Amino acid sequence: MSTVLDKPKAVLHGRKVVGGVIEGEAMVTNETISGWGGINPTTGTIIESRHELKGQSFANKILVFPGAKGSSGWSGMFHMAKLRDKAPLAMVFNIMTTKAALGAVVMRVPTVTELDQDPLSVIKTGDWVRVDGDAGTVTVWDKKP
Amino acid sequence: MVSLTDAEQAMLEGESGTATQRAMELLVRYADALGAERFVETNNVAGVPGSAPQWVKDYYAEDGGDYRAVFCRFDLDADDVFDVPRMNAFSCHLQGGMDPQLWGEQGMTEAAHDNFVSDEAQVAAHGIQILKTCTPYLAGNVPVMGEHCAWMESSAVVFANSVIGARTNCEGRESTSAAMLAKRIPDWGFHRDEFRKGHHSVDVQVPVDSIYEWGMLGYFVGDAVQDTIPVISGKISDPSLIRHKHFGAAAASSGGVEMYHMVGITPEAPNIEHAFGGAPKGERFIYDAAARKRIYDSLNSVGSSDDVDYVMLGCPHYSIEQIAQAAALLDGRKVHTNSALWVFTSRAVKATADANGYTDILRKAGAFLMTDTCSAISQAVPKGTKVVAVDSAKQVHYLPAMMGIEGWYGTTAECIDAACTGKWKGKLA
Repeated sequence: MSTVLDKPKAVLHGRKVVGGVIEGEAMVTNETISGWGGINPTTGTIIESRHELKGQSFANKILVFPGAKGSSGWSGMFHMAKLRDKAPLAMVFNIMTTKAALGAVVMRVPTVTELDQDPLSVIKTGDWVRVDGDAGTVTVWDKKP
Repeated sequence: MVSLTDAEQAMLEGESGTATQRAMELLVRYADALGAERFVETNNVAGVPGSAPQWVKDYYAEDGGDYRAVFCRFDLDADDVFDVPRMNAFSCHLQGGMDPQLWGEQGMTEAAHDNFVSDEAQVAAHGIQILKTCTPYLAGNVPVMGEHCAWMESSAVVFANSVIGARTNCEGRESTSAAMLAKRIPDWGFHRDEFRKGHHSVDVQVPVDSIYEWGMLGYFVGDAVQDTIPVISGKISDPSLIRHKHFGAAAASSGGVEMYHMVGITPEAPNIEHAFGGAPKGERFIYDAAARKRIYDSLNSVGSSDDVDYVMLGCPHYSIEQIAQAAALLDGRKVHTNSALWVFTSRAVKATADANGYTDILRKAGAFLMTDTCSAISQAVPKGTKVVAVDSAKQVHYLPAMMGIEGWYGTTAECIDAACTGKWKGKLA
């Protein structure tokens, strides 16, 4: 099993927001995300006009983003996405807000913040990522090892 | 880990019943996610407890598929279902999904209305005040300076923090529902002195002296400072409740502003040093004639057709002063046959509008005064709407994107003229 491919390109260390361990494909954006008015919870799709991810779904992806913005309906909208099986697998973000914290809690997805390297520059869309919420670590491979 | 008082530990151990125990469990998970070290007590909570469309109820069919199931499983994110008592905190229900009388005009089905009536009866039975508005501070819940609140609704949160000096984060549905039972919210963010100081300066160099100008400045400020705290000074004048209401709603929409300081105007900004907690820092943004023009063009970038088939006023919900003004502008005129005019407010304010005859003036002109909701919240516009005109920067930010329609931003008078002529003639004066 110990091949070159197994070696991660980066391991980031941060703080647990919500525990649990999961692996998946990353979806990365440099733009903050609105909940109410910004996503369609039925499909997990970003709907905000002019957002760089408009039309793309974060369902079952590791969502890597700067933070939450906009309406207080953030947690409620992401919570509804969870009921539709369209929640992200895990979240990694930089800016702590009540919106993102509560959203992570009620979706019950592993979530990490306050990382020692900027996840937005280290992680690329399509990278394979393991989020260990309990340890507060994010491990990144170029592709699935 | 958040530290707990003896009373909080007792709640967590179930001494105040299962519902409060589950509420406390959620609040502890939330406090730990934030990194909060303790809770503050709150007796002023505003949210949307338990109200849900039918599909959410159906999702919890095995748990009973009713208000109780939604409150336990969704609002408190609990794994079980239990009896939910009357709320312990002073609790208010914010905006809802439809007008209680004019729901047919809004295109709602009878089944959706039945669900609305059933949810509202449950909300009342749990001791939650039916304010049904995004402006609780105009409908019976005015916090005072320094009061710890747990509020949803970004435009109400920014008003409470900035204009009143009350203390609330932009809470969510689940945290407010839990706080209604536990009377606690994490001591984080705007509850703490050090979090309430300014980050950036905004220098206003063109006169900002009307609700329309305050709205545009708010949209500029949010775009400039994003989710940080701006300190605004310069040629901003004639403060009033409705100007703050539109400014804050706009700044919370284009950015994520949850608190602002206006030097010499807002209570925590008697001078610049106080607003920053020391010397000014951060960036300095200039609002001049060019910035004003850029904001106006941005707010009107989704408008191209002059044929306005819908005018929506009341975002945030109109005050009685604004309804009186709209009635005066509309008195003796008729809404054009190719257009429609809906004005939104709270039930409390509508009662005054009824007494003053404003509701009748609107009705005789062919307009409707509606309560509880707005076109964005309920996703309800008159059938066939392609082009909407509004006097709210917040509404033109959200509604056209949500409904796939064109939108115009202008003064209240320009909007009412558009409703009465079917044509948009607004321009930047």
